[in-house]
Amino acid sequence: MPDTDHVIQVKNLTKSYGANEVLKGVDLQVRRGTMLALLGPNGAGKTTTVRILSTLLRADGGTVTVEGHDVLSEPDKVRSVIGLTGQSAAVDELLTGRENLEMMGRLYRLTKNSARERAQELLEDFDLVAAADRTAKTYSGGMRRRLDLAVSLIATPPVIFLDEPTTGLDPRSRLAMWSIIKKLLADGTTILLTTQYLEEADQLADQIVVIDGGKVIAEGTATELKSKVGKDRLELTFENEQALNKATELLGKNVVSSNPKTSSLTIIIQETNKDVRSTLEKLEVAKLKIEAMEIHKPTLDDVFLSLTGKQKDTNKETK
Amino acid sequence: MAVKLEFEHKPAPLQSLNDSLIMIKRSSRHILRNTDQLLGAFFQPIMFLVLFASVFGGAISKALPHGVSYLDFLMAGIIVQTVAFGSTTTSLGVCNDLQKGIVDRFRSLPMSNLAVLNGHVVSDLFRNAISTIVMLLTGLVIGFRSSASVMDWLTIAGILVLFTLAFSWVSAVLGLLAKSVEGVQWLGFVFVFPLTFASSAFVPTEGMNKVLRAFAENQPITQIVNAVRALILGRPIGNYGWLAVAWSLGILVVSVPLAAWLFRRKTTQ
Repeated sequence: MPDTDHVIQVKNLTKSYGANEVLKGVDLQVRRGTMLALLGPNGAGKTTTVRILSTLLRADGGTVTVEGHDVLSEPDKVRSVIGLTGQSAAVDELLTGRENLEMMGRLYRLTKNSARERAQELLEDFDLVAAADRTAKTYSGGMRRRLDLAVSLIATPPVIFLDEPTTGLDPRSRLAMWSIIKKLLADGTTILLTTQYLEEADQLADQIVVIDGGKVIAEGTATELKSKVGKDRLELTFENEQALNKATELLGKNVVSSNPKTSSLTIIIQETNKDVRSTLEKLEVAKLKIEAMEIHKPTLDDVFLSLTGKQKDTNKETK
Repeated sequence: MAVKLEFEHKPAPLQSLNDSLIMIKRSSRHILRNTDQLLGAFFQPIMFLVLFASVFGGAISKALPHGVSYLDFLMAGIIVQTVAFGSTTTSLGVCNDLQKGIVDRFRSLPMSNLAVLNGHVVSDLFRNAISTIVMLLTGLVIGFRSSASVMDWLTIAGILVLFTLAFSWVSAVLGLLAKSVEGVQWLGFVFVFPLTFASSAFVPTEGMNKVLRAFAENQPITQIVNAVRALILGRPIGNYGWLAVAWSLGILVVSVPLAAWLFRRKTTQ
């Protein structure tokens, strides 16, 4: 029985270039209408995975199906249900935005009229109307990425691959991209996104798979992943340095860091409700006034660090 | 979403043809928008024709058969040379596509793979046609006259189209083999330059030394030049017509599958 709930199914995917094993048995499943974020540092195998899933590259081993079609035996069926936005904005620079969209629409087998109407609609949705009839060469980085994404949506494919769609974008363009992606999800599109930005995965994805060195090292929702590493932290800010010092003395070994400049300190808490109450009681008794208080959940950065045991490195990605 | 999408459902061969037409339209737009290249296609033939005719004309006319002017002799050679160099633009287009990652996009679409190459090759044909017409018109202005009939000109056109396609496909192969756009320019030059100069394009082969002459008289450019020249000058074409067609077809038979194979290999790594 075909599994219709999971649009993308990847089992034991392997790929090597010579002696260099890029993928060492990756498993993934993406449920219909959800987003899975493939999170990992450069060289983890993210792009290789996306290239295999989008029929651009043959795997050495393992199976991949998209909407029930095997990528090896039915590549054309797979291609007709996917849209791909790669790392380098793959638009034709000598064509205008509109021409790019219409051409790709026609190649997706849209009729001339459909391609034209849909191109206009996407230009409007992606805020590209003013630049529609200029060659893509003249576009800014953010506009190019938007056009690139628009192009992959021209035939409204039910499955979209986004390979680091916001790498190299300025914060404003990144936010614009995120809101477009969120809208796609709301429309029921199934998305596989790769990113090295933890915040991006956190913001957008239903499910996160962390890969490193060609292997899945963790998976779950953002909350699940965070709860694996750790405890909440409580950050307290006091009136002045004197109060801070008193509080530091009072709270003792629970204090993990204190900052005299901002008169604030951070303590690790095990059970949120109980520990926060007891901390506040202690401070109340000592008559120390709290200026500000914040509870921090662990970030995905913490997760990432504890899982990979290293900082995000800047090695060049091997394709 | 407001727009209701309609898809075409054509049989596969028609769909592949359609893909190629779309890509030809794309590459042709490139020609029109790439102003530098377009100017080159326009002015280079004029420059070459005028320079060759005036610089070599005096010296070489003595070696020509009686009653043949160098300009009339040169015309066939310079057209073939221009077309041969023009064909190398295919390799630039192919190489550019591979570098820019747009090929990945095309390959993720349900389209015919060869359409990308077809687009470059056929649009090259258009640009070469422009160059050839510019060259002929310039020739007429500076004194070129031909006794060829309409039928002869159609035959010339046929030979040149076949030759351009053949060289463009070889050029596509070079574009697929090259590591960079700069590299492919150099590769095209090294491939075409000796072939056009060690041929009957600009001088009769009789004056060449033995080894060079043996090469010149048995390589494809000479057959094509000689066929076109015989038709232009209204002389018997002999075996050159068949040899020209056979060479072009032979090159196509090898280069098209080779390009297709390289394209698939290069784009799946």
